[in-house]
Formats: sequence, C-alpha cells, structure tokens
Amino acid sequence: MSQIEFQNVFYKTVLKNISLKVEKGDYVSVIGSSGSGKSTFLKLCCHLISPTKGNILINGNDVMKNNPIELRKKISYCFQTPILFGDTVMENINYPYSIRNKTMDMERVNMLFSRFNMEPEYIDREIKNLSGGEKQRIALIRTLLFRPEVLLLDEVTSALDVDNTLIVENAVNDLNNEGVTILWVTHNLEQSRKYANKLLTIDNGEITSLEVLK
Amino acid sequence: MNGANISINSLVIASSLVFISLIFSYFQKLKLEKEIIISVVRAILQLFAVGYILQYIFGLESPIFTTLFLLFMTINASYNASKRGKEIKNGFIISLVSIISGAGITLFVLLLSKAIKYTPEQIIPVSGMIISNSMVALGLCYRQLTAEFKSRREEVETKLSLGADILPSSIDIIRNSIRTGMIPTIDSAKTVGVVSLPGMMTGLILAGTSPVQAVRYQIMVTFMILSTTAIASFMACYLSYRNFFNERKQLI
Repeated sequence: MSQIEFQNVFYKTVLKNISLKVEKGDYVSVIGSSGSGKSTFLKLCCHLISPTKGNILINGNDVMKNNPIELRKKISYCFQTPILFGDTVMENINYPYSIRNKTMDMERVNMLFSRFNMEPEYIDREIKNLSGGEKQRIALIRTLLFRPEVLLLDEVTSALDVDNTLIVENAVNDLNNEGVTILWVTHNLEQSRKYANKLLTIDNGEITSLEVLK
Repeated sequence: MNGANISINSLVIASSLVFISLIFSYFQKLKLEKEIIISVVRAILQLFAVGYILQYIFGLESPIFTTLFLLFMTINASYNASKRGKEIKNGFIISLVSIISGAGITLFVLLLSKAIKYTPEQIIPVSGMIISNSMVALGLCYRQLTAEFKSRREEVETKLSLGADILPSSIDIIRNSIRTGMIPTIDSAKTVGVVSLPGMMTGLILAGTSPVQAVRYQIMVTFMILSTTAIASFMACYLSYRNFFNERKQLI
C-alpha cells in the first residue's frame, strides 16, 4: 500500500489526469516550469484543496473520507513565502502546541533549533528583526514540532542564500533518513539529483516523467 | 411644549439648502445631481410616511403593532446589512439573528431596569437607534471579513496546514472584524458632547427638555448602542466565518 496515491486526478484546468504512487520514506523532487501545477499538486496532497475528478488515497484511504484536520497533522505543508503570525518567534513556536492543547516541549524545540542552525535564544526574537532565511527556518521548525509522516516543501529555498539553503537541505535530508517522506517542489535540478530518490516532472498540468534516481 | 415647532413654510425655505449641494455638484462636475435629488425625494417621502405611521401606531397604543413595527425595522436593517456581505451565504438570516439578539438583550435590560417602558413612543425611537447602529456595524463586519479572508488567504492556509481547525485559523480575522464593527460606536461614545451633540439629545433639547435631562437619556442611549453593536457584531462574525470554508475545512 502506497503512502500517497493519485488515481486519475484532475483539478479544475490546472492538473490533468495525474496518476502517481509515493511510497513511505520516498524523497520526491518535483520540478516543472512556473504555473505548471506543482503547488496545486502539493495542496492536493495535504487536502488544502480537493480534486475535481479522480481519487487521492492516503495510506489506502480515500482523502475525501478522512478527517481533514487529522490528515493535515500527518501531512505538513511549508509554503514558498514563510508566513509567521503575531509579533514574536515564541508565538509561532507555541501555535502547533496551542491548537493541540499541549504545553511546549522545550527539548524538541531546542533540538529543532539546533538542527536548523539557530541559537535557542531566537525564540524570544521579534519577527520584524528576522532575515528571510531565518523566517523560513522558523516556519520549517514550526511545521516539524510534531513530526509529520509526509513533509511537503514548496520552493522553500528559492529565496535563500547558499548557507541557509545548505542548512535546510541537510535538515530535510536528516528527516528523510528518519523515515519522513519528502515531496519537494524546486527549480534546482542539482538539489534534486543530490538528495531525491525520485524526480517528478510536471508540465502544463500533466506528469511528463517520473524518474527513479536511487 | 415651548420647543421648536417647524411649519411647512419653514421647511420649504430650508429645502433651498438642497440647492447648495446641487450647485456644488454641478460646478465641481461631481455628477451627483441625480443622486441628490433622488435622496432628497426619498427622504421626504420616507420621513412623512413614517411620521404618519408612527402617529397612527402611537395612537393605537397596541403592543402587537409596536412589536410588528420593530420587526419591520429589524427585517429592513438585516436586508441592508446583508447586502454588504454578498459573499456570505444566509447573510440575511445571520443579520436578523444578530440584530434581534443584540437589540433584544439591550431592550430587555432597559425594560427590566425601568429606564424605558414598552410603549410605542418610547420603544420605537430607542429601537430605531440601536437597530440602525447594529446595521452599520454588521455591514462593516462583513466587509472586513470578506477583505481579510482575501488578503490573508496564505496565513489562513498556513494555519490549516499546521493542523488547526477553521476557528483558530480565522480567529484573528474574526476579532479584527468585530473590532471594525464596534470602532465607530466606541469613537462616537468617546467624542459625544465634545465633538457632537447627538441627534436624540439635540431633538430633546429642541423639543424643550432641559439639557441635563437630555444628557441622562443620551447616556442611556450611548450604553445601549455600545452593548447592541458588541452583541450583534460578535454574533454576526462568529456565525458567518464558516461561509468562507467548505465542508472539507478548505478555504473557498
């Protein structure tokens, strides 16, 4: 049973007849030109939108019959532009805990800060004082506070410098080694070939190739 | 009563003031002449109609007619408020429930405290003020909700993708919208007497009531408008935010 399975999925006029299987532990790099439907594909995976035709199965269950909130807790999506809430990093780190009515696990928080090469003191910083790279790393930490089964990344390093990109790449690679399935939309073919085991190309709303790299 | 008593002649002379706005519109090419004439004619017809209706209802002293008239005002206000939120399904019903709740609770407290009596000459003007203020507040709430759900789409989707339900994903937008609905009322409460002498107080003074007595009424009116807009805005925002999501908890 595949972790994610698309069966002849259509979404409006953006995606056409997408059929695909993603296995647990896969690292899939998704490439394609701008406007080809890559982000829509990711949003379908975490059920931020529903297919207009076809079926999406998550661990064998039809996504339309799953509880959407529980599903999104397992399949996390990180946007291209990091959206941080409120005024401080603390508010953002606390958010996933507050919506689950749980107290903050500082051990986990500190571990993730360290994984993304940030000092624990960052938690008290104001968002307005963070650089773009720092904001993106905080957004990733916030997504990973409760470890997802699948991590969807939408061009998260496209606006980052070389150092920040490397930090994120290494952290994501470590997560994949721990068993988290990765679907990463990127324009960087070199990045794709370095880490991914599958390379998915979407063009004009259709899958044009699915290459097994490793 | 030794207060103002306007004759028809005085009204006709006062109507010449309308020409000032028409002249402005014409020479400044504002193209508002038609709108001004329509609004003036409507105002005259509506006010005379309501004047005669009120005179009739006041004469009847019937609680049933009074209640029916309140219901008529509430339905009109709800319809107008819902037009400001065309994206909101059931906007009319939501507005109706919100205004009835806000006005109902406020009137109940006022009646219980014996500040007013359930007689047409007291309950109708007082209800008119609170219902019209609620209508304006709800219109502002709907516009704010619609604008924020559009402009903060990525933020809401980020919260949903973190596993939040639709209420925690929308709570900042809901709070902002309630605030937007209430701010005009709060601002006017802050400046009452300093910037403006409100219509009701002016009316009482013109009719010969002593300013000190008129102030007491105005304090009551200020409090009741505050409470009604708060209740109505709160209810309308909490009842309507779900309209921006589908049954799969996705932002539409």
